[in-house]
Amino acid sequence: MDRVLPQPTPETQHFWDGCKAGELRLQRCSDCKDAYFPPRPFCPKCGSRSVEEFKATGRGFLYSYVINYRPRPDIGTEPHSIAVVQLDEGPRMMTNIVGCPQTPEALKLDMPVEVTFETFGEIALPFFQPVGA
Amino acid sequence: MKRNSVAVVGAAETTELGRIPDMSTIMLHADAALNAMKDAGLKPTDIDGVATAGISPVELAHYLGITPTYADGTSVGGCSFMLHVRHAAAAIDAGLCNTVLITHGESGRSRVGVGGFRGGGGNSSLSGQFEAPYGPVGPPSMFTIPVLRYMKTNNVTEEDLAMVAVIQREWAAKNPRASMKDPITVDDVLNSRMIAWPFRMLMCCLVTDGGGALILTSAERAKDFPQKPVYILGTGESVETPMVSQMNDFNYSTAFRVSGKKAFDTAGIKHSDVDHLMIYDAFAHLPLYGLEDLGFCKPGEAKDFVNERNTAIGGKLPLNTNGGGLSYMHSGMYGMYAMQESVRQLRGTAAAQVPNAKVSISHGVGGMFAASGTIVFTNEKG
Repeated sequence: MDRVLPQPTPETQHFWDGCKAGELRLQRCSDCKDAYFPPRPFCPKCGSRSVEEFKATGRGFLYSYVINYRPRPDIGTEPHSIAVVQLDEGPRMMTNIVGCPQTPEALKLDMPVEVTFETFGEIALPFFQPVGA
Repeated sequence: MKRNSVAVVGAAETTELGRIPDMSTIMLHADAALNAMKDAGLKPTDIDGVATAGISPVELAHYLGITPTYADGTSVGGCSFMLHVRHAAAAIDAGLCNTVLITHGESGRSRVGVGGFRGGGGNSSLSGQFEAPYGPVGPPSMFTIPVLRYMKTNNVTEEDLAMVAVIQREWAAKNPRASMKDPITVDDVLNSRMIAWPFRMLMCCLVTDGGGALILTSAERAKDFPQKPVYILGTGESVETPMVSQMNDFNYSTAFRVSGKKAFDTAGIKHSDVDHLMIYDAFAHLPLYGLEDLGFCKPGEAKDFVNERNTAIGGKLPLNTNGGGLSYMHSGMYGMYAMQESVRQLRGTAAAQVPNAKVSISHGVGGMFAASGTIVFTNEKG
């Protein structure tokens, strides 16, 4: 079964283009300087339309997660993490933690993680792995 | 909205709860509506306002033969009915209509006549782009994502989560209409099937069929109805985010805090005035978040409050006295059943009656911490 994939919109295309190029791209407000996610062409804090894209470090830490014991058919058959990471730039995003056992012992809250991309046809999804995995 | 200017004069659930394979979704709405109209001594032609979620208020009005001057289709998940009560009270106050019928019906288990009315924009919505690709399968693997952070911050254990389910089962044991009545222990909960770690099956709500309906009118008219009026003392609502991953903080719900504070402020009450509490419990962590975000406990102290049996039978703050979504019933949008129990407690007709209950709060969640609605009910006109 094919993986459920995002359908980019005009406001998010740059993010998905970045993933394909191996870059995690965030946006920040040119006025208040805050980085934010998910993408939109204005600052969610102050409403300014003056925003810029930038390449994020791709680093962060594991903020929270579950281990789903009833995996969706497009994901696989084994229990897997559905996680939220907090990026060094501040925003949080949902992801899967890969490159380590999918167990509470291996998935420690607050552990440092870094982005890694996997390509599915026209889309590359950003996953995260323990730093140095 | 003015305090106590509007009252619930009709309240009922579907004739059956649990497994109702011979009724479609819209008939569950209608069954509950007809029971509530009987409770209030009204006919469809007496109703001039309708509100519902899941189906459209147009479907509801047409099916029941109602020609309304007020229709509310607010649909923000399981707390939509709290928002309907809030909006209806304001509408009645403003003279938009006199008598509002609010219905819920959901063939959650049997899936008979289930429509396709769901929000979102598929794979191009923000949730479709930035959450769905990672494999969440509905609420059990989405609503639960914040809890490990909450547990680490507050030293909450799996045993603490399990205790929420254990105490609610004690309440359910007193309720003949509850789906699950057999006593359970913390070990039973921790040995039940793993759904999405750290959540076990007995920490997750039921999936059942049913419905409920409320009828509201002005307090002035309410005294002429057959049932003891239950007044709307205060109300609150808010929304935060359609994506659980984008909550402000996983240790609390902003929507809970905003909605709860507004409800307390408009009601003009203190926490010690509250005799009975319902907190929408789709999963075992929600009562803990609710107790803290409504201000009954300080952050991190809800687990001790529950473990010390303050919310149990005989405790100082009886909570989810019907057994809740974990043990009473949960059709998908449970908020209506929380309010039905608040009304029963204030009428003095609950299966597990809290003696002399005068103020009851029903606090609802919509989506996965996406929305919230809070209603403060009282049986004293004041």
